[in-house]
Amino acid sequence: MHTMIETHQLNFFYGSFHGLIDINLAVAQYQITALIGPSGCGKSTLLRTFNRMNDLIENVRVTGRVFIDGVDIYTPQTDLVNLRKKVGMVFQRPNPFALSVAENILFSVKIHKTAPASQYEAILEESLRAVDLWEALKDKLHRSALQLSLEQQQRLCIARLLPVKPDILLMDEPCSALDPMSTAHIEELMRMLKVNYTILIVTHNMQQAARVSDFAAFLYLGELIEFGSTEKMFTVPKDRRTEEYLTGKFG
Amino acid sequence: MLTEKMVELKHRLLEDAALVEDMIAKSTKGLLEKNVALLQEVINTEEPKVNDYDRAIEKMCVELIAQFEPVARDLRLVVMIIKMNKDLERMADHAVNICESGVFLLSNPILGSYDDLRLMGENAVKMLKDSINAFVNEDVHLAQLVCNRDNIVDNTGDKILKDLIEVMRGKKDAIPRSLQLMRIAHNFERIADLSTNIAEEVIYIVEGRDIKHHQADNPLR
Repeated sequence: MHTMIETHQLNFFYGSFHGLIDINLAVAQYQITALIGPSGCGKSTLLRTFNRMNDLIENVRVTGRVFIDGVDIYTPQTDLVNLRKKVGMVFQRPNPFALSVAENILFSVKIHKTAPASQYEAILEESLRAVDLWEALKDKLHRSALQLSLEQQQRLCIARLLPVKPDILLMDEPCSALDPMSTAHIEELMRMLKVNYTILIVTHNMQQAARVSDFAAFLYLGELIEFGSTEKMFTVPKDRRTEEYLTGKFG
Repeated sequence: MLTEKMVELKHRLLEDAALVEDMIAKSTKGLLEKNVALLQEVINTEEPKVNDYDRAIEKMCVELIAQFEPVARDLRLVVMIIKMNKDLERMADHAVNICESGVFLLSNPILGSYDDLRLMGENAVKMLKDSINAFVNEDVHLAQLVCNRDNIVDNTGDKILKDLIEVMRGKKDAIPRSLQLMRIAHNFERIADLSTNIAEEVIYIVEGRDIKHHQADNPLR
């Protein structure tokens, strides 16, 4: 399996707080990798190092290296706009722009001028089809995205990433605002998307991690305690701390 | 909450195991001491109780999975208890088979010595007892010993089979009794196999290691 993301001795500091400690991780292409662990363990911080979203926070420092598809993204030459096109992100609460469905999808295309207007229709259909929204919304493309259901909004936020052709989708608790049925639909969508994208998901829902991911990384107090196939981790974890966390002994 | 449910589940399985152990012991004792009432007790009174345990334990496991979605060691424990429960239920059926054959044999003249059958019965009970002790104490070493002991019962079974073939060659009227004795030996062998299964399940619970079908030696794993 091709390695899509690789970290070498990655450390992250918020001021004097050591948020990530010597993380060495290799994420396989076209697989879903779940980052799990108790609140404050560093899983969202780790996720945000992969598209340098943490750069937006003051007083942070990163040491070590992060490679996306073999390229070190923590060099002065890194083009952050291109990086974030390549590594898209979905957040806890759906955050569509207060624009129409079509404008949401075409927003990045227009900003980055990645396609001529003649291709907009095709891009709209392709992106909405990828998240299984086309049939539902093909006649409502000019309706405000804010009028959609929460699940549709979250799907739209995923679809919005696709026109700029990302390789990686980062999902930070993408289902935490959704009901169980919508959660199941988004999980199904993730399985569909992994054919073309490498997906990382942060989740507090252990059963979601077990259901949806191929690999799982357990973080605790900023350290990567265990990484491996999800099936193994949820049946025979190697580390006592993983066992205790998964079985609810702490966290 | 999950911990309490697990304790209750284990407790129920141990009660079931004690009952099955008693059934196997009585099936041997009833035959050797010519006590038909003891054999009938196993068939008519004890086996239905094991069926009740089977249903109750299975229901508890299903509810526990649905309510608590156990993972890691908890998951291994619940899934293995489901299997142990089935192993015990099958053992009870084998004990009944032994008792039925015993009832037949006791209504006919005795055919040779039952020493080898006594040995098989004692070993089968000991294997079950040890596999359950291994479960209670999470004793992987003892569980491994149970697995290693399976061939002792098998060897005694082979000897009984060989001896009975000789008897049948010489005495046609001994065939019905010989077939019943073979049936008893076969059922003891199966009880020993199922005790081995329980021991293997204990090893999986404690260490997460699957040694079924010599998995631990399999390079493809």
